[in-house]
Amino acid sequence: MARQKPYDGVALCAPVTVPYMRFSDKSAHWWTGAALAALARQTGLGPADFDGFCFASFSAVPDTVVGMVQHLGLSPRWMDHIPTGGASGVMALRRAARAVQMGDAELVACVAADTNQIDSFRQTLQGFSRFSQDATYPYGFGGPNATFALIADNFMRSYDVSREDFAKLCVAQRANALSNPHALMKKPLTHAQYMQARPISDPIHLFDCVMPCAGAEAFIVTTPEKAQELGLSTARLAATIERHNAFAEDGVQTRGGWARDIDDLWSAAGYGPQDMDMVQAYDDYPVIVAMQLADLGFCDKASLSQFIADTDFTIGGSLPLNTNGGQLSAGQAGAAGGFQNVTEGLRQILHDPLGEQIPNAQRALISGFGLVNYDRGICTGAAVLEQDVLR
Amino acid sequence: MTDPLIPPKRKDPLVVTRAGHVSPTLRSRSATAMAARAGMGRFVLQVCDDCAKATYPQRDRCPFCWGTLSWQDQPNGAVIEAETTIRSSIDLFFKEHLPWRIGSARLDAGPMATVHLHGDVARGDRVRLELKLDRAGNPALFAMPERETPHMADDPQLRVFTAHPKFRRVLVTDGRSEIGQAVAEALLKAGAKTVFLGNADPLMRYPGQEQIEAIPGIEPVHLSLTDTRSIETLAGQLGGRVEIVVNTARFTRQGGVGFGGHLSNLQSGLDLEVTGLMRLAQGFAPALSARSDDGDRSAAALVDIASIYGLTGKAGYAGSSATAAARLSLMASLRGEMAQTGIRVMSVLTGPIEDGWHQNVPPPKTTSAQIARAVVTALEQGQETICADEVAKDVLARWLQDPILTIREENK
Repeated sequence: MARQKPYDGVALCAPVTVPYMRFSDKSAHWWTGAALAALARQTGLGPADFDGFCFASFSAVPDTVVGMVQHLGLSPRWMDHIPTGGASGVMALRRAARAVQMGDAELVACVAADTNQIDSFRQTLQGFSRFSQDATYPYGFGGPNATFALIADNFMRSYDVSREDFAKLCVAQRANALSNPHALMKKPLTHAQYMQARPISDPIHLFDCVMPCAGAEAFIVTTPEKAQELGLSTARLAATIERHNAFAEDGVQTRGGWARDIDDLWSAAGYGPQDMDMVQAYDDYPVIVAMQLADLGFCDKASLSQFIADTDFTIGGSLPLNTNGGQLSAGQAGAAGGFQNVTEGLRQILHDPLGEQIPNAQRALISGFGLVNYDRGICTGAAVLEQDVLR
Repeated sequence: MTDPLIPPKRKDPLVVTRAGHVSPTLRSRSATAMAARAGMGRFVLQVCDDCAKATYPQRDRCPFCWGTLSWQDQPNGAVIEAETTIRSSIDLFFKEHLPWRIGSARLDAGPMATVHLHGDVARGDRVRLELKLDRAGNPALFAMPERETPHMADDPQLRVFTAHPKFRRVLVTDGRSEIGQAVAEALLKAGAKTVFLGNADPLMRYPGQEQIEAIPGIEPVHLSLTDTRSIETLAGQLGGRVEIVVNTARFTRQGGVGFGGHLSNLQSGLDLEVTGLMRLAQGFAPALSARSDDGDRSAAALVDIASIYGLTGKAGYAGSSATAAARLSLMASLRGEMAQTGIRVMSVLTGPIEDGWHQNVPPPKTTSAQIARAVVTALEQGQETICADEVAKDVLARWLQDPILTIREENK
């Protein structure tokens, strides 16, 4: 297989988060505009200045990136629509980076935005994908909770991982969320509260689930020169991977596409897991966080329980995890849930966090996981980001 | 072990009846094709025409080699690899039926599938998968214990996918006929609480009347399918306490189209069997629909018994076959309507009946006992189309294979 070429001449900058709301009477278009307006405030740029636009959303229907471009007055010479939810941030990053590197665009706004109106979650689920409409949701309509309950049931038995282990991840993320003013969950979560939460779909309990909400996330991919001109701090992209529908032969999902490509990621990055100052992992459920920690090379699955016990996942800890609280504590704003790992990682290495700063953070591992098309997450990706210039 | 169903209490008229929501209805065309086969009691999966591998969920091309797919009967064994009990749902039907158990099944045929779990099935078990129809007429894989367990049919999740007669009250439209009487008796044996037995002409005695009316659970009622007012009156009296309607009315006469047919026979047949079916549906469909999710004694099904020759026509029985054709057509339309309210619409198909109107037809012929058995099986299984006998099975198999050939054969 051809080796990945370096992302020379690419700068990542200007992460923005539009504060989430549990329910919103606004549209995805409104939230997208809000994210662009936030980018404009950081950069002083307007619609005419962006020549690239990369977009992810579930609730913009019937519009795609095309409708959004006209709706918001953009005129890009490069655009892309990423329909992969939780993997959309890493994928947007990869695509925009190559477009900028090759000169197809110079200044790309990457935006994910979703609204959450009353009952829109149910309606989105009903028609989410053909396989889910035919073969998942008619089975009790437990939504993603039920699908991940099946995955968790199998995972916990297969690798001797317990709810106690998941509790540690969730409690640490909540501790991280407390310094994030935008997090929807504002109260501390204790181990006991996690353990005593009401069951949702065994073995998934209340604090294993994200809270659907409205929100938007965005960042800019451009050249180092342009970033300097705009006075923006920048990060560089050390390496990335992406894989879809890996291990289709596995019965119940126990691994994601990362497991197939992780060696390529670390060798292209020139770093290993021990060199990361943080992990911003996709956290729709703690079982998926645990799966990622193993698949991304922090430990093997058999020693997951021990690894979790030995690691401090808080911002001041040995391996800070989802430092904004992740979706579990900050909320899941649809496709923006697949961008918040990128924006939070960027903010930490650019030393401009929403909440507390990881001391001297230089490098972030970002991991995306998206789209339960039927019985498992199909899309996976990961990226290693490194601080470049602080301005 | 399943808790045996206990006889439902009398309904409290002051309590609001649960609305008959159906489970989510959006489906692909391939899923609908699976439903059509599920309705006939088959266990099918799509198999690749090129590489012969089975696939699931329903696709339009093979995921292994991109070949074309066709529906084939498949082994129905499976192993449950993971399970969950859903305790929270935002769906209007399921939220009223929690907790709900599902599992991940590895099918002997190859694919993995998310399946409904019978209460006696757990993770690691070998199971027998049944392809059922849900309340909205969509396909549903249901994992049953591999071997019969006590009170297996009483499992509350399973009962959502069947119209089991146990403790239900049934209207059988024509008690004057041998078929109606056989059906009524079989339903009581299968656990029905009451059979309201229709009699179009209470002033005229009929064969078997004393015996059938003496059976506990039989309640004779005045019902004439040719009289709209009699249906309206009965629906007014029974609408709220009938859960299953079985239409056994039949009017068969020999005759051709250009030769030997009597217009009056055709008109009588159409009035009783076709207009009569519509009268019956208009009288009882709204009441059944309103109670399709009414606890252990939910309204469940409307069953119609019609001649298989409705699919093909039949030389020598042209008028009766035309009547059956109209009847099947009405049933298809009614099925679509009732799928929105959670009531199953079932057709029992028969060959020539063993009666005085089929004296010239050589055996095998369909007996009343066979028809009664088919009615009970269809209800117990939740099956949409069932053949009562070998002739019906033979004609249906040929018709499914090659309808225009079968039509020609049956009219020679």
